[in-house]
Amino acid sequence: MRARVLVRPKSGILDPQGKAVERALPALGFDGVANVHVGRLIELDVDDPTDLEAMCEKLLANPLIEEYEIQTEPAAE
Amino acid sequence: MKVGVVRFPGSCDEVDALLAAERVGDAVLLWHGDRDLQDVDAVVIPGGFSYGDYLRAGAIARFSPVMESVAAFARAGGPVLGICNGFQVLCEAGLLPGALLPNVGLRFVCRQVECEVVNAATPFTRACAEGERLSIPVKHTTGRYHPPAGLDPAQVVLRYAPGHNPNGSEQDIAGVVNPAGNVFGLMPHPEHASDPLSGSTDGLKVFASMREHVETAALVA
Repeated sequence: MRARVLVRPKSGILDPQGKAVERALPALGFDGVANVHVGRLIELDVDDPTDLEAMCEKLLANPLIEEYEIQTEPAAE
Repeated sequence: MKVGVVRFPGSCDEVDALLAAERVGDAVLLWHGDRDLQDVDAVVIPGGFSYGDYLRAGAIARFSPVMESVAAFARAGGPVLGICNGFQVLCEAGLLPGALLPNVGLRFVCRQVECEVVNAATPFTRACAEGERLSIPVKHTTGRYHPPAGLDPAQVVLRYAPGHNPNGSEQDIAGVVNPAGNVFGLMPHPEHASDPLSGSTDGLKVFASMREHVETAALVA
């Protein structure tokens, strides 16, 4: 199964990257942008998607400072 | 005292750490792939970019064979000092509380900072006086310390002096110990402040403290 794990800074954790992007967009004329957060995307094929949460807790994310979101779809043939 | 300095692929400060340790005792390099700690009395996890800092700084190094032995050594009460990337590794390994985040200014910072010893009753600061200021360099991009909720204030060992916080660390925290007090991590580099040529020898006090601790423990035993 194809899985995507989205990792982003936990709410309440200062995200200077998000802030920098948020300030940069209006400079290009894109107004009305707020709450920008920069995280990372991890894509992987897994045999057992029930392992994904443990993978996130133990390695893919640091639960103290990051939150994660798991998305799954059938692997492409 | 015999100090073991771990070398990971991507470490870059292990030689300075070795030289600093040799000023107060004997020191050997420990390879990341070896489980044998060679009967050392203390372990240093040095600065650098272990395993390329892939995923998160320190996240992969904790799985190396040597870290299994270091974790067992720490659980048995052995003194472990993590400097910069070593601090990140020890946090990721769960041997120290909290985590290190990208600097608030998003830039690599390399400069001399003043740190205040707020707990001089640890194996790493016993040669210092409480409130003493140490002049030690920092050089990092990911040094903003985030403590866990409810961190015991006694675990905070070093704080950046007012106006010297280089990275936005919460509560100006520069270095913390585990609850047992035998594992210490800090972002400043005491090994880079151990020779008069580098402008300050304040960092040597951290290594001298470790020697005092090891020698006192040997007397008691």
